[in-house]
Amino acid sequence: MSLSSQDRALITACQAGLPLVAQPYAQIAETLGIQETDVMERLDELLAQGIIRRVGIAPNHYKLGMSANGMTVWDIDDAEAKELGALVGAMEDVTHCYLRPRKRPVWPYNLFAMLHGSTRQEVEEKRQYIARLLGPAVRAHDVLYSTAILKKTGLRLSAKGAN
Amino acid sequence: MEIDDTDRRIINTLQTGFPIAPRPFAIAAKGLGLQEDELIARLARLKEGGIITRFGPFLDAAAMGGAFCLCAMEIPQAQFEEMTETVNGFDAVAHNYARDHRLNMWFVLATETPEGIAEVAAGIEAVTGLPVYQFPKLKEFFIGFRVAA
Repeated sequence: MSLSSQDRALITACQAGLPLVAQPYAQIAETLGIQETDVMERLDELLAQGIIRRVGIAPNHYKLGMSANGMTVWDIDDAEAKELGALVGAMEDVTHCYLRPRKRPVWPYNLFAMLHGSTRQEVEEKRQYIARLLGPAVRAHDVLYSTAILKKTGLRLSAKGAN
Repeated sequence: MEIDDTDRRIINTLQTGFPIAPRPFAIAAKGLGLQEDELIARLARLKEGGIITRFGPFLDAAAMGGAFCLCAMEIPQAQFEEMTETVNGFDAVAHNYARDHRLNMWFVLATETPEGIAEVAAGIEAVTGLPVYQFPKLKEFFIGFRVAA
């Protein structure tokens, strides 16, 4: 799927965030020289297609006092992985939760859940709590803390199109 | 900055489903028992204070025809710095973290096409002489981040 130049322009205009004014879509429409209804229709369509995942807030965990985050990883029986993954994903303080392939013998884990807490101790307690909750379906689990950010560039769409 | 219970409710409620309508803040405010202008003012304050990193539409690279893939490598400690520079030199490497594990380097590849992931991973393997383990997501369980109310 490739984006039309109009959609690309719209997404680019929204990329820094929606303006915090009573009629944000009207303001975006004005900068693009199109109608407010066009902006809303296209955004609805992009949401329906899944190109826009969601519209809302991205909170800053660190500023909210959740400065410890660990990538918890779980080796869960495949027959139960989807059901238990949904359970872990629905937990408080879990922000991302995915099933991924194992890489035996180096990597036996198939469920990844990012777990946040105010301290590592808290993350550790939550990990043990999840382990008890999941019970014998968990064969092994571990937590990987990040020790350094080596690179961080956000996903940004170029205005011109990169194709 | 200090945040109160109303701010917490805003953060917990508005991570998804912000309305697409002429007066979206008025609709969202109603659901929270607030006035439109109060919600706008609070969001502005939360954004200014860095509590909210971004507010608006979030894109899915895969749906646009591109791809993301989490990858990991086992880098010998003595070569870590040099290898970091080599791996980061690939434009497709979007985030890269050192983690305390045998697999000590974890990065996300973001490419314009699904085929791009394998190409870049092969390129990194060729330059470093080390395997790149690919962990594409097979299923995602979504979620939001909830602040204790």
